[in-house]
Amino acid sequence: MCDMVIDAKGVYYKELNKRIRDAILRGKKTIDLININGQRYIADGINSGTVININGVPGQDLAAFMNGPTVIVNSNAQDGVGNTMNNGKVIIHGMAGDVLGYGMRGGKLHILGDVGYRVGIHMKSYKDQVPVIIVGGKAGDFFGEYMAGGVLILLNLNKDDPRPAVGDYFGTGMHGGAIYVRGVVDKHKLGAEVNIREIEEDDERILEECLKEYCDDLKLDYEDIMSAKFTKYIPVSRRPYGNLYAY
Amino acid sequence: MIFDPGYHEFSVVRDEDRCIKCRVCVRQCSFESACHDPEEDSVYNDQTKCVGCHRCEALCPTNAIEIRRSQSNFKENENFTADVIRNINKQALTGGMLLTGMGNDKPYPIYWDHMLLDASQVTNPSIDPLREPMELRTFLGRKPDFLEIEESEGVSLKTELAPQLELELPIVFSAMSYGAINYNVCEALAMAAGAAGTYYNTGEGGLHKNLYKYAKNTIVQVASGRFGVHREYLDIGAAIEIKIGQGAKPGIGGHLPGEKIGEEVSSTRMIPVGTDALSPAPQHDIYSIEDLRQLIYALKEATDYTKPVSVKIAAVHNSAAIASGMVRAGADIIALDGFRGGTGAAPTMVRDNVGIPIELALASVDTRLREEGIRNQASILVAGGFRNSGDVIKAIALGADAIYIGTAALVALGCTLCQKCYTGKCGWGITTNDPYLARRQNPEIAAQKLTNLLRGWGLEIKEMLGGMGLNAIESLRGNRLKLRGVGLSDTDLDILGILPAGK
Repeated sequence: MCDMVIDAKGVYYKELNKRIRDAILRGKKTIDLININGQRYIADGINSGTVININGVPGQDLAAFMNGPTVIVNSNAQDGVGNTMNNGKVIIHGMAGDVLGYGMRGGKLHILGDVGYRVGIHMKSYKDQVPVIIVGGKAGDFFGEYMAGGVLILLNLNKDDPRPAVGDYFGTGMHGGAIYVRGVVDKHKLGAEVNIREIEEDDERILEECLKEYCDDLKLDYEDIMSAKFTKYIPVSRRPYGNLYAY
Repeated sequence: MIFDPGYHEFSVVRDEDRCIKCRVCVRQCSFESACHDPEEDSVYNDQTKCVGCHRCEALCPTNAIEIRRSQSNFKENENFTADVIRNINKQALTGGMLLTGMGNDKPYPIYWDHMLLDASQVTNPSIDPLREPMELRTFLGRKPDFLEIEESEGVSLKTELAPQLELELPIVFSAMSYGAINYNVCEALAMAAGAAGTYYNTGEGGLHKNLYKYAKNTIVQVASGRFGVHREYLDIGAAIEIKIGQGAKPGIGGHLPGEKIGEEVSSTRMIPVGTDALSPAPQHDIYSIEDLRQLIYALKEATDYTKPVSVKIAAVHNSAAIASGMVRAGADIIALDGFRGGTGAAPTMVRDNVGIPIELALASVDTRLREEGIRNQASILVAGGFRNSGDVIKAIALGADAIYIGTAALVALGCTLCQKCYTGKCGWGITTNDPYLARRQNPEIAAQKLTNLLRGWGLEIKEMLGGMGLNAIESLRGNRLKLRGVGLSDTDLDILGILPAGK
């Protein structure tokens, strides 16, 4: 059940987002957006626990700087989802574009399908605040580049797609956090700053917690996902570029 | 082991008659040059470790210490200077990039020193700022193309104005990040900005929670590393600045060395203690003017169009064209940082060889935006080695709306430009997060020094304005007729848009 429906047909993003903010100010807890067609910046910087259902394809920078809402996209999404997001969740029942979760500091991105380049770059974490991105399909180059914290999970679930699970330069410049992949990433794809590891007990707990929620959100079979072997990728060093300089 | 010849730059000359062996120098020297030998009860120096910060000299109670350039001279050579020889040795030993701090120190032309201001004589009376009101107040932000006035029941403004920053004088403390400088210095800048009615810029390291109270004088920065950027941070800023580039290191990113990432910096930046804070050269969501527009409007949407968004770039060859794109992308303020701008850490070769002087960049950007009829759509904030109020007022006449100062502010706090900021050992307690050293800056006292500096510059600017017969800084802004060039080529004069002296 939703408190409010906003018809976005022919509405420019500035007006649409103003209406969304106004609705939240008026205490609407659940908002359905219909006829969305590329409007940018939906849910940017929103600071509440609102649930926003998006019908149609939202535009760039969905949920940027977002701090709390749950955004459910019932189709594909574009670039920049969850840019510098602090808290909340975005569930995408389709594919999404490039640079997802740039500098993400908290909250969750659950994507059913494939994603583009530079996903999860510059993710950070501090103590209990740990951002999580889970990708059900495949990912492009520079997955987890400069990663400083948080959890990235790549599932590569579509068995019919023969392409490799991930592109090149995987985890380049990584200096914190962890990437989990269902399957194994070819060594030549790994950035120089990344090491491959076996899954340990702690990792199993993290995977279970993250993936059960993911499966709930996207109506997937948890046991089926866990039936394959996972590998873990962590930084070689906390200071990958510490020896560049003549002091 | 590779032999280190250890050629040093400085000699610490100690007057043994005056030295009372109080060991103040030993405690003050953060580079471990000054030593005490308990057996001999002697105080002496390891000359190879002196960086020339003058901390010991300044604090020696008996004036027994003098820091000099090393008296050991290599054979004279204008090409392979002592610096060159030392640098090559350092790289032969380490295999690393040379690293340095602060701005370009090479003898490139300083155009401010080749421009002179006008003054009134006989035909246009000067104004005495001591007795007459003199307006330095400055507004930064997008100005409308025209104003609509409503005249029913008195006169009111019909046009809705874009959000503006209001400055009591056209000087802003430039971006210096928490991490590069310590908490005490951040707080001093914030307090001084409040006292002087201006702003300070957080730089890209986020904002410590205890400094939230200075919100109304705070410009928050968003850079490629996105350190400490969250909804509350964006809300707090009176303005938001997107950092694309920095004058000291155009085209490259930043590495805040792990030595400077302690617990507090770690929590503000959300990166592990002891790691390097990596800000890559590009923001990977900005590869074009259109992408820049996307981030500008993401920030405007996130803050409901309540505050101006600035975009900062390093002054480079095609700054004018880029600036035009920035304005069209929605930037309300354009910040230009010239090649003499400071830094906490930059590869020496980049600092010394990349970028262009702010004077030329400012003139060409202002000219370009005027030619395109979009100058009103953004304010211009300039940075890059501003030393005194003379530089500031000339920049205003060339077309700047306001000036960022960084290095000058740190010099006010004791910095002697030893250029060792990247070591995290700053003897003056400025560019260090070591609690023992950071205590050397008391926020209240430091804020007083900064406020004094701004007051002094403000008085001088009023004096010079009055001398030109102007009573408002607005009348000087972009008024290049008030400048004349000396010792400049025709090309320089053409770019600066000024006449030669005597004409």
